Amino acid sequence: MVLSPADKTNVKSTWDKIGGHAGEYGGEALERTFASFPTTKTYFPHFDLSHGSAQVKAHGKKVADALTNAVAHIDDLPGAMSALSDLHAYKLRVDPVNFKFLSHCLLVTLACHHPAEFTPAVHASLDKFFSAVSTVLTSKYR
Amino acid sequence: MVHFSAEEKAAITGLWGKVHVEEAGGEALGRLLVVYPWTQRFFDNFGNLSSASAIMGNPKVKAHGKKVLTSFGDAIKNMDNLKGAFAKLSELHCDKLHVDPENFRLLGNVLVIILASHFGKEFTPEVQAAWQKLVAGVATALAHKYH
Repeated sequence: MVLSPADKTNVKSTWDKIGGHAGEYGGEALERTFASFPTTKTYFPHFDLSHGSAQVKAHGKKVADALTNAVAHIDDLPGAMSALSDLHAYKLRVDPVNFKFLSHCLLVTLACHHPAEFTPAVHASLDKFFSAVSTVLTSKYR
Repeated sequence: MVHFSAEEKAAITGLWGKVHVEEAGGEALGRLLVVYPWTQRFFDNFGNLSSASAIMGNPKVKAHGKKVLTSFGDAIKNMDNLKGAFAKLSELHCDKLHVDPENFRLLGNVLVIILASHFGKEFTPEVQAAWQKLVAGVATALAHKYH
């Protein structure tokens, strides 16, 4: 699965539209993930996961910043995400199934806040992008 | 067997009452075919599926989407017995249509995304969670008779 030039354009223009809201959306996507897929909470026993949690908001911003960096280096995701790939493989070891849950909730969050921009073609490109990021993050697992 | 609380049922039926089934059905099926092009394998006789706009405008896609989502409406009337409600459709999807149940999960998630785009803020994490439970329950019910 390869990101076409059109996919890259769609992802970049979506990220431009999101602007300064990326951190907020990251937090919302995490909250949605914990609510809809409770097994994901097992990775955060040390967090307050209640609604409005400062820890979730901060972590959401972290995730969003990493995605913003990925967008900026969309032509070389393995290179740009190498450190995070190491982290997930050797320290965090989040089971690969969970990346699909978070990716889905990122799409839901974007669809909620930017319905007009979230056309089928943009939806497809974003789904591919999150899938590509997930693949890179799990690429060193074994 | 999946159990829905009173709050979950209210979250689901409350939103469903405002859904335009025909329009949403076409959009859900259309987006499935656009975002996951391999799902087009079941629709060789649907005509032009060559681009996102061709797919979204295709009258057969719209008609079939409406059929599928109308059936989903039956799920909402039978939330306490999804397996019973979908037994016959499950046999059909296995024996006649030969559809991999993974496709039910894909379509369910596309439906959730469409609801998010239509309802925005109203589609809170709690409402989404209720709907995720429903689409997962429907997917499982539709796969239940597979052999």
